[in-house]
Amino acid sequence: MTAQPDTTKHERRTPAPPPVTLIGMPKFPKNAKKELANEQLRSNLRHATTTIRNKRARVVQELPHWEDLRLAGEAIKNRTLRHLDSYLLQLEQTLTANGAIVHWAADAAEANQIVIDITRSKGADEVVKVKSMATQEIDLNEALEEAGIAAWETDLAELIVQLGHDRPSHILVPAIHRNRSEVREIFLEEMGRYGTPPPEGLTDDPAMLAGAARVHLRNKFLRAKVAVSGANFAIAETGTLVVVESEGNGRMCLTLPETLISIVGIEKTLPTFADLEVFLQLLPRSSTAERMNPYTSMWSGVREGDGPQEVHVVLLDNGRTNVLADEVGRQALRCIRCSACLNICPVYERVGGHAYGSVYPGPIGAILTPQLRGIGSEVDQSLPYASSLCGACFEVCPVRINIPEVLVHLRNKVVESHGVTAEGLVMKGGSWVMAKGRNLALVQKGSKLAGRVWPGDVIGPIPIPGPAAGWTDARDLPKPPTQTFRDWWTKEHQQPEQTGESAS
Amino acid sequence: MSSKEAMLGRIRSALTDVTPMAPADDVAVEWTYGQRPPGASDDMLGLFVERVEDYKAVVSWVVPDEVPVRIANALADHDVTSAVVPAGAPAAWHEAVAAAGIAVVTDDPVLSHAELDATGGVVTASRVGIAETGTIVLDHAADQGRRALSLVPDVHVCVIGSDQVVSDVPEAVVRLQTSIDERLPLTWISGPSATSDIELSRVEGVHGPRILHVLLVNV
Amino acid sequence: MSAPTGTVALFATCINDTLFPETPKAVVRLLERLGCRVDFPLQQTCCGQMFTNTGYFKEALPSVRNYVDTFEGYDYVVGPSGSCIGSVRDQHPMLAQRLGDHALQERVDAIVAKTYDLSEFLVDVLGVTDVGAYFPHTVTYHPTCHSVRVTKVGDRPYQLMKAVRGLTLLELPDADQCCGFGGTFSVKNSDVSVAMATDKMRNVLDTGAEYVVTGDNSCLMNIGGLLSREKAGVKPIHLAQILAQTEADYAATVEAEAVAR
Repeated sequence: MTAQPDTTKHERRTPAPPPVTLIGMPKFPKNAKKELANEQLRSNLRHATTTIRNKRARVVQELPHWEDLRLAGEAIKNRTLRHLDSYLLQLEQTLTANGAIVHWAADAAEANQIVIDITRSKGADEVVKVKSMATQEIDLNEALEEAGIAAWETDLAELIVQLGHDRPSHILVPAIHRNRSEVREIFLEEMGRYGTPPPEGLTDDPAMLAGAARVHLRNKFLRAKVAVSGANFAIAETGTLVVVESEGNGRMCLTLPETLISIVGIEKTLPTFADLEVFLQLLPRSSTAERMNPYTSMWSGVREGDGPQEVHVVLLDNGRTNVLADEVGRQALRCIRCSACLNICPVYERVGGHAYGSVYPGPIGAILTPQLRGIGSEVDQSLPYASSLCGACFEVCPVRINIPEVLVHLRNKVVESHGVTAEGLVMKGGSWVMAKGRNLALVQKGSKLAGRVWPGDVIGPIPIPGPAAGWTDARDLPKPPTQTFRDWWTKEHQQPEQTGESAS
Repeated sequence: MSSKEAMLGRIRSALTDVTPMAPADDVAVEWTYGQRPPGASDDMLGLFVERVEDYKAVVSWVVPDEVPVRIANALADHDVTSAVVPAGAPAAWHEAVAAAGIAVVTDDPVLSHAELDATGGVVTASRVGIAETGTIVLDHAADQGRRALSLVPDVHVCVIGSDQVVSDVPEAVVRLQTSIDERLPLTWISGPSATSDIELSRVEGVHGPRILHVLLVNV
Repeated sequence: MSAPTGTVALFATCINDTLFPETPKAVVRLLERLGCRVDFPLQQTCCGQMFTNTGYFKEALPSVRNYVDTFEGYDYVVGPSGSCIGSVRDQHPMLAQRLGDHALQERVDAIVAKTYDLSEFLVDVLGVTDVGAYFPHTVTYHPTCHSVRVTKVGDRPYQLMKAVRGLTLLELPDADQCCGFGGTFSVKNSDVSVAMATDKMRNVLDTGAEYVVTGDNSCLMNIGGLLSREKAGVKPIHLAQILAQTEADYAATVEAEAVAR
């Protein structure tokens, strides 16, 4: 299955993304191996993640009540999720009263069709887009392309990704895997094909590259009739949407076109405007590591004489209600897409976002994607294991999502979804061994016996779920001691018959 | 069944473990809203200036009488030859800008995107300033104009009274409640537009005004 | 400091019992020297985290039950592993709760309350940071992820090491970064694991220390496995073994080595 449009119908309007084959996408370790081999990628990622996480630590340290803010953020989101039906109905009511048109989309196809229909009804054949994870999740750009509508990404990084026929690899900095000379190449090669070309003598100076994007996009902003955005927050009490951004491309999209369509995941709801005081402290410091991001826009439906006079809001499910139904996993819906967990994650830092096979990479992706999509495919089954469970993600999460807890919970779901597996037999054998001290002592007597108990490779008498080569290719194993501690203790302290333990 | 009904049904069946009660009574939120945070600076205005400048914006202290002329000077300093001044701004602002030889553009009748794009600067008042984060919030009342005015021109001269500056986000949110109740749009501005999308190297000025000049009025 | 009145049960952990017996031996020596009555109930096995963390909750339950059965009668349970103690504290209650076995839940909660990592037991229960140890070497300390983020031992290991005579502690760059062990992660995602371990090793080598110290032998096995393969010469050692060694022990070791030569 591929997401490539049927190009026989018409010429493509926008740069084609790389073909994606979700079914049959290799599992995480295989993707990771490939990405690890890319030295340039690893160096770009290391520089970027190190810079941003150090900066985050500095601005977080400025707030003595940071932990209280995290607790408040968690509690507000929990309250909202526990009464999501009430808050969504309230949001629909206030938005409607503010002159907005509210749509409900159960899945990606429905959401995409709503955008296509509205755009066509305006006689438009293009839209300008504010960076939005929700629209990436539903692959809106390709759906629009198939409908003959060009979707222009206007965030600088998204523009780099789009022009580069690429996919985002980070929630906040989608082109984190590209360095400046690669960006220059992409602009020189592609920009002119899709609008205003870059200026003569374009260098790889970031300021000059950003200037080229400004000029390239300005005309698109001024002429666009329809804009598409997501939203960081949707306030139920007042019918207000909030978009947090840096470059001003968001403000352009939210202000200049006559029609605005915002795709809002249902979990973005917040009860009151006052709740923003918590989230506008948590989000910028956790995401861009700034005290405040340059621009935040808030709008409550239609404002006569100011901005779009037709405002649509699409409330998107697309698997979120599945997540909500899982009592442990639902905490993932608290996520405010800050990407602090990506920047701190030692696994993400080394493999980048593409290895996760999802628009949501890193630790949050490893718990969100398998819940949104289900654990049917190989890649989705491998994602909960794409972590050493070091716990750094939980520590930095501004809404206290216990990512390691959910990872382990999802691993259990993956295990329970399988019948008998080789790994399962290893674990069953291990379970018997660890049920009684006497069983462990028996197995410790010799690796031959251990080999019989565990039908797989063993480190001494400890089982390895997988080939030992995974360990021994790069690392030595400790030489097993001549005497276990148990034997030593028994000799030193007591007679074996005094243990008083019965064999199982 | 509509998607709305289907989604609400799925939410309700996902939440069968939740005891039915009023949302506001459920899940205690241990947070006192609207408070000045612990450790907030005593020198609020000093901090405001420092933090706004930290974003590479220009901040100038002015006395009330000099506001109009300082607006004109600020525009002239940045080589602005035409500037939008919102219709609801004080008449003295219009006059001072015009007196400096800068073409005053009003948004009445409404400017086209192209006309706005051809205008070099914009002057606005503002609603709230936030010291801790160096933020200025516009609620686009008559003295600030519609949102596009303070977005498309390249130089934004923004006037804020010292009495409009609060300590941090919570106090700002309290002050902005009336604007939200009137369903005014809000734009929170922290420095000029910026990007860090290329190697996380910060570039000031992408799509919004590349120059933000704040006139802090000592009142 | 005062020795506790009750008996301290040593939870050696399966990996130490089997592969690193010198560590629990050191714990026994150390605690007895500090006046504790130490017992090692032979019924003990494992915290079960290799099952739990791989998703095998059912398979972890016998370990949970056995832990409760083994240690219930003791006043204190002490283990030389931030990770295994963290698993007992964090995962045993979760597993019991999921099972819906209230009786087991209560027993688990009771035992969790008296389960300590070695560094916590020394500093918090015995109230001692200077344990009379002597270790005339340069060391660098890797604070293992679970000891810091699950068990939350804080700066206790540093307090203990600073009081060791002769010891020079060299700061480890990027100390808070995971070494890449992660239990079954080290084989399921071995490429990423090795990449992480390699960076950790480089940081260890950059300190120029003679020893790399942790409170978890599993992580130490990972870092040490790479150091050994690279013939780097830096020796891995568990914190307990440093704390257990007195000046007299050291002199005896030196003498024994001289005799052997």
